[in-house]
Amino acid sequence: MLEIKNLHVKLEEEDKAILKGVNLTVEPGKVHAIMGPNGSGKSTLSYVLSGRDGYEVTDGEVSLGGEDVLELEPEERAAAGIFLAFQYPVEIPGVGNMTFLRTAVNSQRKARGEDEMSAAEFLKVIREKAKELKIDADMLKRPVNVGFSGGEKKRNEILQMAMLEPKMCILDETDSGLDVDAMKLVAQGVNALRSEDRGFLVITHYQRLLDHIKPDVVHIMANGRIIATGGPELALEVEENGYADILKEHA
Amino acid sequence: MVALEKKRELTEARLATLPAPLSSGWTAPARAAAASRLAEMGLPLPRDEYWRFTKPADLNAAEPPRSEPKDESGETPIYDGIEALNIVFRDGVYDADASDALELEGVEISLLSQSGVADIHWARDLYGTLEADAQTPVARPFAALNTAHATEGVLVRVTGKPARPICLRYEHASADSDPILHHVIKVEEGAELTFLEAGSPGARFNTVLEADIADTGVLHHVRAQGRDTARRSNCHDLARLGRESVFKSFTSTLNGALTRNEHIVWFTGDDAVAHVAGAAIGDGKTAPFHHDDTVFVTHDAVNCESRQVFKKVLKNGAVGVFQGKILVQPGAQKTDGYQISQALLLDEDSQFLAKPELEIYADDVACSHGSTTGAIDEDMLFYLRARGIPNRRAQDLLVLAFVAETLEEIEDPKISESLLLRLEHWLERHAG
Ligand SMILES: Nc1ncnc2c1ncn2[C@@H]1O[C@H](COP(=O)(O)OP(=O)(O)O)[C@@H](O)[C@H]1O
Ligand SMILES: [Mg+2]
Repeated sequence: MLEIKNLHVKLEEEDKAILKGVNLTVEPGKVHAIMGPNGSGKSTLSYVLSGRDGYEVTDGEVSLGGEDVLELEPEERAAAGIFLAFQYPVEIPGVGNMTFLRTAVNSQRKARGEDEMSAAEFLKVIREKAKELKIDADMLKRPVNVGFSGGEKKRNEILQMAMLEPKMCILDETDSGLDVDAMKLVAQGVNALRSEDRGFLVITHYQRLLDHIKPDVVHIMANGRIIATGGPELALEVEENGYADILKEHA
Repeated sequence: MVALEKKRELTEARLATLPAPLSSGWTAPARAAAASRLAEMGLPLPRDEYWRFTKPADLNAAEPPRSEPKDESGETPIYDGIEALNIVFRDGVYDADASDALELEGVEISLLSQSGVADIHWARDLYGTLEADAQTPVARPFAALNTAHATEGVLVRVTGKPARPICLRYEHASADSDPILHHVIKVEEGAELTFLEAGSPGARFNTVLEADIADTGVLHHVRAQGRDTARRSNCHDLARLGRESVFKSFTSTLNGALTRNEHIVWFTGDDAVAHVAGAAIGDGKTAPFHHDDTVFVTHDAVNCESRQVFKKVLKNGAVGVFQGKILVQPGAQKTDGYQISQALLLDEDSQFLAKPELEIYADDVACSHGSTTGAIDEDMLFYLRARGIPNRRAQDLLVLAFVAETLEEIEDPKISESLLLRLEHWLERHAG
């Protein structure tokens, strides 16, 4: 599904290397987790995968289902199936949540040469999915993320993911700022989307989320590299001992 | 003085192409008074403080710069689906055949050109008086010129609550038409009117609206200025508000080489509300775009609320100007004055010049003003694109979101939706 080979990334504006040779393959149907200390490059990886400006790929390749991703515009990547649940979802005053989501769904369908979703069908589907995430009608009507609490913003990200049905879901610290109940809702939303042809890359700082979204593979990222890869037990080890031991081991 | 000399010359040259003000009929005294006001103040020079950001040359010129009319046939007409009493003016001339009968319960409507010598008392008492009041503390020579030389306009006395809005539909047919229109609206106590305007009155146009709103009267004014790219205009909307009255005015501008809209509001009775707002979008790519909103609100009564919301979207060298003043007179306690002017610059060639001013002589007031200039927010843009919305469309969404806030100032959602639709279509045409 997603293949990252020897990815080197620096900031466009300054000579600062951030990713220093990341290798990672997410197979369809699998959930990979990335953990790592603050500043290790996890968000940068998620931004580079989704096509944000400001980064320069100096070496390496990224492909999705065999297609080169790095050549694509952000909207083309989205249509190809990449979805990033933002660590900090952006507030957009003046753009209604519904308008936004319907435009997104239909833009992607159009880009893929599919029929657009009718207003009625869209309404029916979004109401169903919003209900599961305990997102009320009022939240759907409000401008995108404006006046949403931290937890509401994260649930809104998952709602977008559910509506867009991407192939490759990247979640950047979706658990941060969530209380236990909100985290359960988010995890349920993610688990509901798990399927044989969909890959997940779950970035998290804490093991907590992984109790609810069981990963198949856990990677530890430090200083722009993946320094350790293992099963769910790796996350537990971090939980118990912190990153210090693993970092020392791989220094 | 050299400047005065220059102004006199300019004014004489401008007046040389105009017939002398009507010397008969009930408007004659007002016209004569306005003509002498104009002679005294003269037309503006670029060095005049009030014209620092907007060059008056095209408005001063004896002949209007040519402006080809825009063919809008085949498009959804503006205010489509809104049942109104339509009055059509082509290049400033009343078109009776294209207009509805001037009959509507709750209003008396007549035309400036046809009211002749029949004395319309209420109009006689109003015509030119707000314009004269508006000459202090700042001279507004084009308004005086208008009072003296207007050839057409509507005279509307609102005595009830008519079931339909009145809509002036302007058509611009000749590339060198230069109409001067003067509308007078008197809203009587407890009466209520929605007054719409659509289109370009001419290649160059000078319009004045004098609105006198009596106690508890309500006037909603919405104007969609025509899309002709080369047109030049100077419009004055003058509103005097009585006790507990409401005035809401909104102007949308797409295109136009030169637009100067002056909005002058006086609160003379307590507890009144005036909202003046506007959205302007201009693309300087094929023709210049210069858009100036000049506002002067005088609070001279207790507990009145004034609100000004002006936004401009500018691209390819377009220029936006905002001059806004709130004057709170001694004794105008509990005044609530709010003013915001904002520009969204879509590139580095465009510019926004703003001069917000507060002048307050009462101590128990809440007044605020702000002005911002910014570009499209990159984080928002990326967020939209990351969800699959193409760059172009994502930018349009953000532009619409930016101006949508001003449309909320319009009372009737059907009217604001029709304006929003036009903004959307404009953005589609001006992609890239
Ligand atoms: N746009 C940027 N400008 C400056 N520094 C940046 C930028 N983006 C990332 N960095 C730096 O890159 C490093 C990795 O950041 P990030 O990817 O956010 O880490 P993580 O998500 O793992 O906490 C940090 O040192 C951060 O300061
Ligand atoms: Mg991060």
